[in-house]
Amino acid sequence: MTAMVELRDVHKHFGPLHVLRGVSLSVRQGEVAVILGPSGSGKSTLLRTINHLEKVESGTVEIEGELLGYRRSGDRLHELHEREILRQRTRIGFVFQNFNLFPHLTVRQNVAEAPLSAQKRSRAEVGILVTRLLDRVGLADKADAYPRTLSGGQQQRVAIARALALEPKVVLFDEPTSALDPELVGEVLEVMKDLARTGTTMLVVTHEIGFAREVADTVVFMDAGRILEQGPPSQILDDPLHERTRAFIGKVL
Amino acid sequence: MTLSGTRTAPGVQRDELPPKVVPTRHPLRWASTALVLLLLAMAANSLATNPAWDWGIVGQYLFAPSVLRAVGLTLELTGFGIVLGFALGTVLALMRLSPNRLLSSVAWGYVWLFRSVPLILQLLFWYNLALLYPRLSFGVPFGPGFFAVGTMDLIGPLTAAALGLALHQAAYAAEIVRGGLLSVDPGQRQAAAALGIPRVRRLFRIILPQAMRTIVPNAGNEIIGLVKGTSVVYIMALPELFYQVQVIYMRNGRVMALLLVAAVWYLVLTTVLSVVQYYVERHYGRGRS
Repeated sequence: MTAMVELRDVHKHFGPLHVLRGVSLSVRQGEVAVILGPSGSGKSTLLRTINHLEKVESGTVEIEGELLGYRRSGDRLHELHEREILRQRTRIGFVFQNFNLFPHLTVRQNVAEAPLSAQKRSRAEVGILVTRLLDRVGLADKADAYPRTLSGGQQQRVAIARALALEPKVVLFDEPTSALDPELVGEVLEVMKDLARTGTTMLVVTHEIGFAREVADTVVFMDAGRILEQGPPSQILDDPLHERTRAFIGKVL
Repeated sequence: MTLSGTRTAPGVQRDELPPKVVPTRHPLRWASTALVLLLLAMAANSLATNPAWDWGIVGQYLFAPSVLRAVGLTLELTGFGIVLGFALGTVLALMRLSPNRLLSSVAWGYVWLFRSVPLILQLLFWYNLALLYPRLSFGVPFGPGFFAVGTMDLIGPLTAAALGLALHQAAYAAEIVRGGLLSVDPGQRQAAAALGIPRVRRLFRIILPQAMRTIVPNAGNEIIGLVKGTSVVYIMALPELFYQVQVIYMRNGRVMALLLVAAVWYLVLTTVLSVVQYYVERHYGRGRS
């Protein structure tokens, strides 16, 4: 069986800074992978290469065996047209740290936008989908509200519904609770746990060790642009191989 | 934590009245109010009693057919200037923000040139284009022409004026639109891209509506500026409002009265535009309070 997400030897620079130094990672269908690591270790960049928001410089990213952003012919990789990249992105949901909801659109319009314009689905079909998704994140009564009127936790739940509206194969979470007041973190994690239970493939960059312990199938520890170690939560969180991992987890807990 | 102090302690000092608040006196504020009222009264009195204002003549010419036609032309020139100016300005702003160095340099050069040369000079330049190019030829670049027309036939005074105003306006519009696009949080672009929303849709559905919040107040300034700015085309002898009242007062000598007619019309036009601007701003401000 091919992996849902497969990264092979991915490299990325920002100017002189070598942010990703040969990252390889494989995530199966239905697996929840939590990526931990100090800031600047390349976690967010890694996540952003998976939906081609950042181009990789060398190495490959595959979703269900399909090469992302490029077409292979012989020993060459041809960069895909934007239209193709956009099509590939509709198979990948992305949840941002700062929600990035569209402030001038209502909750319903936010969630409906991508299925309507990127997937060209019918209005009637999308209407039903949006109602179902808002119900799922517990915000059915906020459909006609503007994002500004919602709490941070509610906004992030809308953002999750918006990512799910594409019915993606995998959902990427970039520090989804870092911008939230502590008492609002729980409601977002609850929605994410529910997704994990229903078999959504997820890659989550977070500092919530508790979430990692409870929900993750795999914990990945990154440091200085490399994956230092990975394994089941019990191993990485309680009995890591590297001193660096132990020190980091000791600080975050 | 002494928040309990703000609550009324039960059974204590219940029947004692709270102390009365005496606001600060502002004698200077009263004095300046009186002074301003006095000045306003003097101005109103002079407007009403000085016969040189010729209010009768103002009333007589305010709705004269020649003046109304001139107002129409002023509106037409403003319309051309704004619509073409902002259309070209938007294209220039997008070029300026393009990663393609040639496109962004050309846009920069355009803004530099058309913002640096006085409008009146640009207008005369377009008006006299025939001196440079007597005939304009349409065809394959560097190749054969299919047909040619005399420059004077193609670019009359009205076209020259509309063209001049629009090209000048485009330079300012480009900067206003660019400023608006830059004011939108980059996260919005990323979110739209991550959702796979097509590029054109991203611009018109996600980015521009948010940019409009910054664009509209500045554009309002420009549009109101242009309503009045159309008065410079009087040098091309186009019968817009300012030229027309000059023609009339040259004939009848009622200078102040006719300048007032023009002033009243400019006031009316800009007031209507200000009201429109208010509603446009309210539309694009939805979702924020």
